Amino acid sequence: MAEKIYKKIDEIDFSMQSPDFIKETSSAKIVTAELYEREGYPVDGGLMDVRLGVIDPGLRCKTCGGKLKECMGHFGHIELARPVMHINYATHAYNAMRSTCNECYRVKLNQVKLDDYAEKIKFAQKLGDYDRVRKLTKEVLAKSRLIKKCPHCKAKQEAVKIEKPTTYTQGEHRVNPIQVRERLEKISNEDAILLGFNPKTSRPEWMVMSVLPIPPVTMRPSITLESGERSEDDLTHKLGDIVRINQRLFENINAGAPEMIIEDLWDLLQYHITTYLDNSVSSVPPARHRSGQALKTLTERIKSKEGRFRNNLAGKRVNYAARTVISPDPCIGFNDVGIPESVATELTIPERVNEWNKEWLLKLIKNGPTQYPGANYVIWPDGKKKKITEETIEQILEELQHGFKVERHLIDGDQALFNRQPSLHRMSLMCHRIKVLPGRSFRMNPSVCNPYNADFDGDEMNLHVPQTEEARAEAEVLMEVQTQLITPKNGYNIIGCVEDSITGCYLLTRTKEMSKIEAIDLLTSIGIDNVKFSKEKVSGSEVFSTVLPEDFNFIRKNKQGETTVRVKNGKLEHGIIDKNTIGENNGELIREFYRKYGQDKTIELLGNIFQLGIQILLKKGFSTGVSDTDIPKEAIKKVDTKVQKAYNKLDEHIESYKKGKIEVLPGKTELETLEIRAMEILNKTRTEVGDYITELVGEGNPTLTMAQSGARGNVLNFTQMTGCIGQQALGGKRITRGYRGRTLSSFKQGDLGPEARGFVKNTFKRGITPTEFFFHAMTGRDSLMDTALRTPKSGYLYRRLANALQDLKIEYDRTVRNATKDIIQFQYGDDSIDVSKSEGGTINVVNAIHDVLGENV
Amino acid sequence: MEELYKEYVGKLPGKILNDMEKEAKARNLKPAQIKKVLEYLIEQYNQAKIDPGEAIGIITAESFGEPGTQMTLNVFHFAGVAEVSVTQGLPRLIEILDARKTIKTPSMEICIKKEFAKEAKDVKKVAAQIKETLLKEVAEEFNINVSKMQLEVKLNKARVREIKAKPEEIIENLENAHKKISIKKTDEGFTIKPEESSDHELMELYKLKEKLKETYIKGIKGITHVLPVKRGSEFIIITAGTNLADVLKVPEVDSSRTSTNDLHETAKVLGIEAARQTIINEAGKVIEDQGLDVDIRHILCIADTMCRSGVIKGITRSGITGEKKSVLAKASFETPLPHLVNASLLGENDELNSVIENVMLNQPVPLGTGLPDLVAKMGPKSIKKKQTEKKEESKK
Repeated sequence: MAEKIYKKIDEIDFSMQSPDFIKETSSAKIVTAELYEREGYPVDGGLMDVRLGVIDPGLRCKTCGGKLKECMGHFGHIELARPVMHINYATHAYNAMRSTCNECYRVKLNQVKLDDYAEKIKFAQKLGDYDRVRKLTKEVLAKSRLIKKCPHCKAKQEAVKIEKPTTYTQGEHRVNPIQVRERLEKISNEDAILLGFNPKTSRPEWMVMSVLPIPPVTMRPSITLESGERSEDDLTHKLGDIVRINQRLFENINAGAPEMIIEDLWDLLQYHITTYLDNSVSSVPPARHRSGQALKTLTERIKSKEGRFRNNLAGKRVNYAARTVISPDPCIGFNDVGIPESVATELTIPERVNEWNKEWLLKLIKNGPTQYPGANYVIWPDGKKKKITEETIEQILEELQHGFKVERHLIDGDQALFNRQPSLHRMSLMCHRIKVLPGRSFRMNPSVCNPYNADFDGDEMNLHVPQTEEARAEAEVLMEVQTQLITPKNGYNIIGCVEDSITGCYLLTRTKEMSKIEAIDLLTSIGIDNVKFSKEKVSGSEVFSTVLPEDFNFIRKNKQGETTVRVKNGKLEHGIIDKNTIGENNGELIREFYRKYGQDKTIELLGNIFQLGIQILLKKGFSTGVSDTDIPKEAIKKVDTKVQKAYNKLDEHIESYKKGKIEVLPGKTELETLEIRAMEILNKTRTEVGDYITELVGEGNPTLTMAQSGARGNVLNFTQMTGCIGQQALGGKRITRGYRGRTLSSFKQGDLGPEARGFVKNTFKRGITPTEFFFHAMTGRDSLMDTALRTPKSGYLYRRLANALQDLKIEYDRTVRNATKDIIQFQYGDDSIDVSKSEGGTINVVNAIHDVLGENV
Repeated sequence: MEELYKEYVGKLPGKILNDMEKEAKARNLKPAQIKKVLEYLIEQYNQAKIDPGEAIGIITAESFGEPGTQMTLNVFHFAGVAEVSVTQGLPRLIEILDARKTIKTPSMEICIKKEFAKEAKDVKKVAAQIKETLLKEVAEEFNINVSKMQLEVKLNKARVREIKAKPEEIIENLENAHKKISIKKTDEGFTIKPEESSDHELMELYKLKEKLKETYIKGIKGITHVLPVKRGSEFIIITAGTNLADVLKVPEVDSSRTSTNDLHETAKVLGIEAARQTIINEAGKVIEDQGLDVDIRHILCIADTMCRSGVIKGITRSGITGEKKSVLAKASFETPLPHLVNASLLGENDELNSVIENVMLNQPVPLGTGLPDLVAKMGPKSIKKKQTEKKEESKK
């Protein structure tokens, strides 16, 4: 089977273009600024000359004979009537002139020094160490430029000056580009090396342009507007200006016009060529459109984020991609992605016809592009591609043979890459299995939200379909969801149970008793139908144990060293399952799964636990509402008294502060001490209120249950809804800004009380007072500002880090090296451990002992 | 016991061996059991080893970039008094990774030798000596004596004693800092008289007074504030401002544990390895203070990259990225044109060894699965031989 064999580029050389080279490679000499003849055909010798390539569908390139898209375009040239400076080399030409003698054009250093530098530079050049060459030539330039008397011909030196951007003077006289060129021409090859040129590729005089290359038409296509009018590219406009001025300059010179006029035109030509090369030079007014908008010329095309480098070379557009809104579906697997039929019929996978799939592919072709599992295109072995339509289908079905390729629709189980921006880490792009579902959005299991950092408030995500076997293999082996369970950031699991499944498991393992029928019903609904319970009544733990493997042992201890969860031989003997065991980010049970059974089994077990949790809530019912935050009137009163007590206590402190009797903390002023005390008292109050409310509401409260299991929210959220919102802090302190001596005009000056300094006593549910609202909004605004300012800063830091470190890799000898093979580390992280294969960055010895010698050692 | 572990040195990382030794002791394991576990650990360790070809640089960048979005911009944290504050969070991390020459809040942690660090009183004395003291801090009064056209300075004796300065020393320092003045010692302090008199004598005198107030008297230059703090069982001194070289000369200071948060100063005084450790410590501190969890290996990787060449190179266009050999890699980061122009002058060639150039050219990158090559001898002879063989076969 003939497939294209691409050549590999081994290296790229950079050099300046010599006038001869430009003429040699030129396919057309441009002599007129006119673009098209009256019929719309490009003018010969014009800027849209067909020898430069074609942009009209009907035409053929006169140089290579290719049609549109076949011909890449060819360079042309114009002969400039008078040479002009190249703006990017203006300072280099200046340096070269300053460091060479005005009379003999040698570098103004004595021969011994020159020989010494020549040798050093030659050596560095040989090593390919261009940075060192640059450093050495910089030295030469710095040393020679200030010398007033040439050591070779003893001539006295007049100072050469540059007037930005492109005008030079020597003493009192202006040095025009012709003279610059003459001077630079006289620099010998040996001296050119010392000045930082490589005369083989770049002679100094080439910095003055006498011939201007004209880029191919394909690089500056014109757009046909709706009105049929043609709108030319910015570059074409600029080149038109250049050609026009150049012609006028020619005519004037030939006609023997006065020097003044010629000089003016020459300067104008210089201006146009400068802006053509770079339209954002600081000392040159940018060339503009008639509308006043600055033209985008060559430098602007290359530069910055929207430039060629960052927009087109470092990042590229792709085919076979889809993007739409995401929505949750807890019923699909962790590594599934639900896609709508409209996407499945548009994105395709090329499938090669062989003995075993021919029948099936024929069926797909018969279905065509519109009927779902179908196919869109057929590719002949010679590379011919045909769309399947009513006209072509007969022929395709007839001709289809082994070796053909059929671009068939996506079907369940195909690999696809799923991605959400910002792609901050490698888990932002994972491989999922396709599942074609009704609807118009991408469906994903809520558990994989965390790695993508996605939610469903309108987020959109991208889907890519790998097209070759190699790509699919890599996607499956390296990128599938289960391979990314442990993050390389710190070795914790990034995927775990979330939301309802945690609440469900929490409630289940807390259930003391449920009937056998209930339990079996529950387990059947998640596909486990081979369990037998001997007793009529079963506990929640027993039900949970059925999803654990039989040889599974696990002990979780809390920080105090108490055992909180114990699993022995696949039986949950003690403890309640919550976020710390099955949740994302250090769910220890999941980590233990991963260590023992590997990624595939882990994702299966995790899936079962997830489904179990969901089903419990489905069967039992679980809801939360405003009524969760209802507390009796007496309780509200009690909260009020607690707050009042704190107020009184704070008043005492304020009183003693005003009398100057406050006990000062070391290293603090009196006011600082008071503020610290105030924060302490008020924060303690809220914690107390929270504790009180938690106790009051008890275990049955759904909102609190969610907080306690770790599924959603925390106790503080609950406190702020029911008890008291608490102190608002800006930069770790109470609010002090505002008017002189007070925060708002509704307070007395010098009021240090809690209410005047941002304490919010009310709750979100009962409503807050206007001043409280204002203080609360202050902190809200502050955090909003923080986020808005932080994102670009951290983004830039990340870009720089990625750019600096992207070449580091582990070599086969396990050293860490960069692109030039310099050793960074002899062993990665001193022990070669891959964080994503470790347990939180190490290998847990205790676990190993348990594995080898059993639990009871 | 020791013997048992020696065999495994080199096969297992030291940390794992230490952990094992500790656990084995706690559990009273028999040598045979230990051996069994160690063998198992080797197996586990080899499985956890990183694969050749892994793009470890990118993983490191990701591990820093992702938590970077979660850090706060709240710059300062006060370590006791308002003057001794520390830059924190993202701004500090940027500062470290940029390898800035001047940092926002230079600070030192000075440890005192055990014999001096027992009581707060002693440490306070050391602190007072270290602090850069200006004349205004030891003077009680500044008087302009108009009749005699001179300045009269009254010293606070207690303060002078506290910093262990002699009046002669103060005078010497003043004379060093200001020329054309004559100083006379008095009972309470000293008088200062300008040697030359000018027309605007009074104004000159007033200006001199203001200048004198800010004159360095005693202590270590650059240390603007000191704060003795109890850490664990001992007292240490936290400072604002840094001057590592001079602080290490103070006899009471424990030079092996004293550090500064200024990378370049550390590199200058203690060398590049110390600077590397400072990067690790400081970056680790930022991450820990923010309540984030990033594995130490990523910090090590960044620190090693920054210090590889023997001088600290920041992660900036003039630092590591600017040092790259590839023209295209440099051009694709920032300021593409100067890079291209310079490359053209020297006729540079780009060997396309790193990642970004190959991405630009749509070629496999030399990382991960792009790394292995198919190796086969395909000289002209072998090709010809194969062709003839084929022909012969077809003839048959």
